Amino acid sequence: MDFLAPSTWAEALAAKAERPDALPVAGGTDVMVEMNFDHRRPGALLDLTRVSDLREWALVDGRVRLGAGVTYARIIDELGATLPGLAMAARTVGSPQIRNRGTVGGNLGAASPAGDSHPALLAADAVVEISSAARGTRLVPVADFYTGVKRNALEPDELIAAILIAPPAGPQQFCKIGTRNAMVIAVSAFGFALHTDRRSVGTGIGSAAPTPRRATDAAAFLAGELEAGGLWESRGALPEGLAVEFGRKVRDAAAPIDDVRGTAAYRLHTLSVMARRAATWAWDEHRRAA
Amino acid sequence: MTSTETPTAGRIGDSPLRPDGTLKVTGEFAYSSDLWHDDMCWGVTLRSPHPHARIHGIDISAALALPGVYAVLTHEDVPGLNRVGLEHLDQPALAEDVVRYQGEAVALVAADHPETARRAAKRIVVDYEVLPALTDPRHALDDDAPHVHPDGNLVRAMKIRRGDPEPTAPVVVALDFEVGMQDQAFLGPESGLAVPDGEGGLDLYVATQWLHVDQQQVCRVLDLTPDRARLHLAGVGGAFGGREDLSIHVHACLLAMHTGKPVKMSYSRDESFFGHVHRHPAWLRYEFGASDTGELIYAKADILFDGGAYASSTTAVVGNGGTLGLGPYNIPSVSVDARGVYTNNPPCGAMRGFGCVQAAFAHEALMDELADRVGVDRVEIRARNGMREGDRNITGQLIDSAAPVAELIEIVRDLPLPADPVGERDIRDLPGGAANSTHGEGVVRGIGYAVTYKNVGFSEGFDDYSTARVRLEMTAGEPVATVQTAAAEVGQGLITVEQQICRTELGVDRVVVSPKDTSVGSGGSTSASRQTYVTGGAVKAACEAVRASVLARAAAQLGARNLRLDGDKIIAENGEVLASLADVLGDDAVDETVEWHHRPTEEIDPETGQGNAHVQYAFSAHRAVVDVDVELGLVKVVALDTAQDVGRAINPDAVVGQIHGGSAQGMGLALMEEIVVTDGKVRNPSFTDYLIPTILDMPPMQVKVLEYADPHAPYGVRGVGEPPTISSGPAVAAAIRAATGKALRRVPVRPEHITL
Ligand SMILES: Cc1cc2nc3c(=O)[nH]c(=O)nc-3n(C[C@H](O)[C@H](O)[C@H](O)COP(=O)(O)OP(=O)(O)OC[C@H]3O[C@@H](n4cnc5c(N)ncnc54)[C@H](O)[C@@H]3O)c2cc1C
Repeated sequence: MDFLAPSTWAEALAAKAERPDALPVAGGTDVMVEMNFDHRRPGALLDLTRVSDLREWALVDGRVRLGAGVTYARIIDELGATLPGLAMAARTVGSPQIRNRGTVGGNLGAASPAGDSHPALLAADAVVEISSAARGTRLVPVADFYTGVKRNALEPDELIAAILIAPPAGPQQFCKIGTRNAMVIAVSAFGFALHTDRRSVGTGIGSAAPTPRRATDAAAFLAGELEAGGLWESRGALPEGLAVEFGRKVRDAAAPIDDVRGTAAYRLHTLSVMARRAATWAWDEHRRAA
Repeated sequence: MTSTETPTAGRIGDSPLRPDGTLKVTGEFAYSSDLWHDDMCWGVTLRSPHPHARIHGIDISAALALPGVYAVLTHEDVPGLNRVGLEHLDQPALAEDVVRYQGEAVALVAADHPETARRAAKRIVVDYEVLPALTDPRHALDDDAPHVHPDGNLVRAMKIRRGDPEPTAPVVVALDFEVGMQDQAFLGPESGLAVPDGEGGLDLYVATQWLHVDQQQVCRVLDLTPDRARLHLAGVGGAFGGREDLSIHVHACLLAMHTGKPVKMSYSRDESFFGHVHRHPAWLRYEFGASDTGELIYAKADILFDGGAYASSTTAVVGNGGTLGLGPYNIPSVSVDARGVYTNNPPCGAMRGFGCVQAAFAHEALMDELADRVGVDRVEIRARNGMREGDRNITGQLIDSAAPVAELIEIVRDLPLPADPVGERDIRDLPGGAANSTHGEGVVRGIGYAVTYKNVGFSEGFDDYSTARVRLEMTAGEPVATVQTAAAEVGQGLITVEQQICRTELGVDRVVVSPKDTSVGSGGSTSASRQTYVTGGAVKAACEAVRASVLARAAAQLGARNLRLDGDKIIAENGEVLASLADVLGDDAVDETVEWHHRPTEEIDPETGQGNAHVQYAFSAHRAVVDVDVELGLVKVVALDTAQDVGRAINPDAVVGQIHGGSAQGMGLALMEEIVVTDGKVRNPSFTDYLIPTILDMPPMQVKVLEYADPHAPYGVRGVGEPPTISSGPAVAAAIRAATGKALRRVPVRPEHITL
């Protein structure tokens, strides 16, 4: 197996173009596990940890441009206030060791339906910045990025450069269900964002469908009811019935399976509870902010 | 492989630091997986993918052809008897014509690199004919059930009958309970190194719980005499019963003898889940009859243990489940049937607290039900029915030392409770923790209690003993004691205990603990909470023999009687120092070896189950406080407090450590630890999906240690390691029931059992 260790982004893209079979490795917290289990034997490893651009984040044109190689630990420490939904998700990832190594770029690369960043990215309308040596940069809305179970929109010569996320106008929430209180893969997860500027609602469902996905109807329903009830103006309390109905609609957007981590029925149930709670917490925060 | 010498003073009742403690915390401790020999090769095991299949042939040619491969072995290469087993020789070291569980060893490969060996193993072609698998133990004894072994599927049936054969009672409560398959989940996977000596023998360095029984098994399969198969304890990363059966032992030795090279074997985490036995899942049906005020009149229990494909310790598990399965209560009339059966599920065997762990979930749930039915407080009903010293248990055995059931349960009741939550809470203190699934919504607090008792040491007539050799000599002007036993240190702190006993008995400061190996007699198993008692007893007896022999010499030299030894001084009856140890010993060493047996036990009557089955009983109680998010089914254990009688705390810190760890393991079974088996196949052989409690799941504990000396045991000690694992889980389950109002008749309690 070849080990490619580019030190610049241009070299990395050139290497990926030349060796499309090369498997990128960032934190390695997915890649090394797969290799240890002999689930993957790539012709080459493309180590991205020397590419410093990937480890940076900055505010660009009003959006956070989060380098694909920024670790969860740094998101928690440096972006907790700027990207609250993603930071909440980051806090639930693995253990301190995993958060010190693991990256959002790696989570997207793996594209597991159980990846914790996905519901937060979906709710926040994040955009994935993808590059190749041949075609330069393209921007893919995160909802279009997940194409199947553990599959994503990357072409063989492409790498993820960054994730673009607008700092939120309103509150965000992330909740996850696991059968222990730390270090657990999501049985189900839910991301929520209140886009108060646009008067819309963002959602993301994890571990309850072949890919991470949105609850589009539920989001439209909630935004519409808030509008109809004049709640955006009045900032009145979120009616419990509305929160419950939103939860139901989120549940209806999911298509989970039974597996060793939980039953489909339990996953559906938890989604309705998480969605109800997350919407209520976010709305209450919005009201308090007034 | 460690020779340990600590200058730390510390006698019985002190808590000297353990020699392995700092090394383990800093990652420097040499575990068996760190073993290395310069020209060693690597062994791997090919395992059956099927729970039940006939083997029509094994083609090893492609594997042998791979460069770097030294040997590929099947059952045909076994020189001795191709059978292993702790209680029944029913398991082939390498499968012959049939495999009976997923993961059964079929062939071995030795190669110059572990990866080469793994690739070679994949090239072995086994011609399997898949057979129907018996995977529901509840049907194992049906007339039409397929036989897993030629003699049928019953491993052991035990009956206990006492008192009125047809009892009646004004109040009757009954329930069915189910306990899932727990794993020992030790952190150091199975590993070892076999080194041939070039003269037809070998040395095996291995992580294990009982060197001598392993040696017997190795000798039987390899057709060696014990002097040719020398076993040495390698660094053990936890055991909990999972190292009582063989893992790599025979396989590494076969490869080493065959290749003439040192062979190392080391399982990966996923292989480890197939490389050791698990805790028996159990199905329990209980009925209690009581007076209107809750005094037990009778109890009936029917307990079924799934032993899986091979017997392992099933006989003893049934023994404990039967004789102890009604808990530490006085019950005039009793009928217990306990059975262990063969199936094509993973083999189950020893794990901390076995037999009792499963039963305690049922008898404690039923005690709560009885308490509620008759309107008596749940603590009170246990205190009222609890055994006391001088009572007889359900096998008719006199409880002839402390049995403080009432006191233990009342102590835990009276320990301070965690404060009721006020104001905004850190989400890490709530069910779900950092996963942010609640900010307090749906969270209900519940409290649960449980008590247990457990036998210590080996039972039912087994001649249980340990051997200790102690030498006393002057080294560089100082008295030094050297203690040698073959008793395995698996992390419980036996090395420190051996040193403490020598210091106490001989008054020396410096005690060297020799490496653990088979060059001294058997130390017995590091299991059944027995080593401090039995090997401790042997070390004490050997020290006494050394002291007697020193004093006999001194008496002869000094012409005095009634002497006493204190450190390096020989002291007369009137306190006068008559001589130094150096004067008496000169350049000689006094060296004594003692084989020490605990009080004999008896086989119980096959029809009535009556008899003195056990040597000692240990009692503990837990109180659990849980917060349950009743909408999501998630649990946070807020407090897990305990009281336990340990007879005498030889090393108080180590005692509390055992209680902490045991409590966590019991809580794990109540909440999350389960090997999920579907149609005979393990679905979660990894720490990704076999969950054990983390630091965020385990609350701080209040531990109250009682020391009611057992007059029959050395120093009055009572085994410590197992009781906490037994009473903690049922207390947690009871607390969840209290919070949710759900019946919860199965553990682990999964979130969906609470919500749906
Ligand atoms: C013990 C443990 C616990 C875990 N717990 C969680 C958890 O709670 N939640 C969770 O979501 N995940 C968890 N994971 C999985 C893993 O940590 C995450 O998916 C993490 O985000 C992966 O990031 P990484 O940088 O380590 O990725 P890597 O392993 O380096 O890569 C992952 C995938 O992404 C690809 N990739 C990486 N960077 C790029 C790039 N710039 N361009 C294109 N492709 C790229 C790789 O080729 C690979 O396919 C856990 C893993 C372990 C070992």
